[in-house]
Amino acid sequence: MGIRERLSGNEAAAIAMKQINPDVVAAFPITPSTEIPQYFSTFVSNGQVDTEFVAVESEHSAMTACIGAEAAGARAMTATSANGLSFMWEQIYIASSLRLPIVLSLVNRAVSGPLNIHNDHSDAMGVRDAGWIMLFSENNQEAYDNLLMAHRIAEHKDVLLPLMVCQDGFITSHSIENIELLEDDKAKAFVGTYKPEHYLLNKEEPIAIGPLDLQAHLFEHKYQQATAMRNAKKVIAEVSKEFEELTGRKYSFFEEYKLEDAEIAIVCMNSTAGTTKYVVDQLRNKGIKAGLLKIRMFRPFPTEEIAKALSHLKAVAVLDKADSLNGAGGALFEDVTSAMFVNKVQVPTVNYVYGIGGRDTTSNDIESVYNDLADIANKGGTNDFYRYLGVRK
Amino acid sequence: MTEINKNTPASELTIGGNIYTAGNAREFKTGDWRSTKPVFISEKCKQCGLCFPVCPDDAIPVNCEQKREDFNYDYCKGCGVCAKVCPFGAIEMKEEN
Repeated sequence: MGIRERLSGNEAAAIAMKQINPDVVAAFPITPSTEIPQYFSTFVSNGQVDTEFVAVESEHSAMTACIGAEAAGARAMTATSANGLSFMWEQIYIASSLRLPIVLSLVNRAVSGPLNIHNDHSDAMGVRDAGWIMLFSENNQEAYDNLLMAHRIAEHKDVLLPLMVCQDGFITSHSIENIELLEDDKAKAFVGTYKPEHYLLNKEEPIAIGPLDLQAHLFEHKYQQATAMRNAKKVIAEVSKEFEELTGRKYSFFEEYKLEDAEIAIVCMNSTAGTTKYVVDQLRNKGIKAGLLKIRMFRPFPTEEIAKALSHLKAVAVLDKADSLNGAGGALFEDVTSAMFVNKVQVPTVNYVYGIGGRDTTSNDIESVYNDLADIANKGGTNDFYRYLGVRK
Repeated sequence: MTEINKNTPASELTIGGNIYTAGNAREFKTGDWRSTKPVFISEKCKQCGLCFPVCPDDAIPVNCEQKREDFNYDYCKGCGVCAKVCPFGAIEMKEEN
């Protein structure tokens, strides 16, 4: 039995990092993730971790320092939000292409502009094709648990990719909820120590990392990254299974909430899933067969599994907390619908862009989506598939 | 470490192009970047020694008698600095074929 506590999402992330005790943390403060490095630097000052804390002058340097540390053979972590992640962008690609299993805690916030510090997923969606594993977390417990699993996944020899654990800014990061923590020794034993096969500070093997890679080889190196991302699926499943055996908390690629016998369902990520579960329960009490598919593993994207899980439905709504501004629909919508198409699943599916810039998404809003879905299911489809939830037009 | 070339499959390449040995930059022959080529006209050369210190690629070999020899085209990128500094017209830049 673990330790019962009450923590904010940021505290939960910082406690996970304390238990992981990485060799290096390099971070620059940005709302709403600031508290993560802030709490962590307290652990460093109090001697509760052995970590070298690098107080860099920018997020670009934070990611660069993590890259240097990982290349040297150290375990490195960081945390950021929104424009901090945007500023890391160049290095985000370097980290994944050099196959350095850095772990980043991303507290999702709207990317400017205009300036906004509140939650949406535009920061994460900006790096969705950058070769990072991306796990989303509904609440503080999932943010903590995903972080404890992160290194085991990222550092696996068949993977070796950086990983970001996402949680919703303020909604999760600053709300205090009950949480069950692992005892320090159990957490440390689960995470294990980092033993890279090749690293710069190995005097027995002088190596070069990140050399020039021209027409003859870059394509093959990208293919290796793609292969590693596919491999990550199996590793995530294995590590999650082992975590379940340790904690009793089950993690899959996605959570199916009352989905099995549902007729209409919402697909979403992070904290909105909590609100949606509440609405599903209310609707079920009224005899409406509503369900939820909450995506945890966004990268790699579980294409076949999602298509299969949605195949029996009469109508599906995909909720995107970031607009792709492409005239076609949000990123999650495109991923879900193409997953359905290539797997020959044809269910009327609509997209709702919602919650932009921290706009509150209430149970009434979610209920209105289920009402729309019931209507779409009755009519057998709709041509109006790119919608907005709660915007004043 | 296995030698790689333009036919090596992804499964045999190191991740990220990592190089797990040291001191191997000479294996990367950059001469094929050249679009113009310096030609050494030995009759005009006075062995004044101005050309080889300015070569950015160390592509002008100097023998043990302190005399320069013909260009090492494996590494010469054809920048033309040597031709520019030669006071005797002993280096001519020609189009690469």
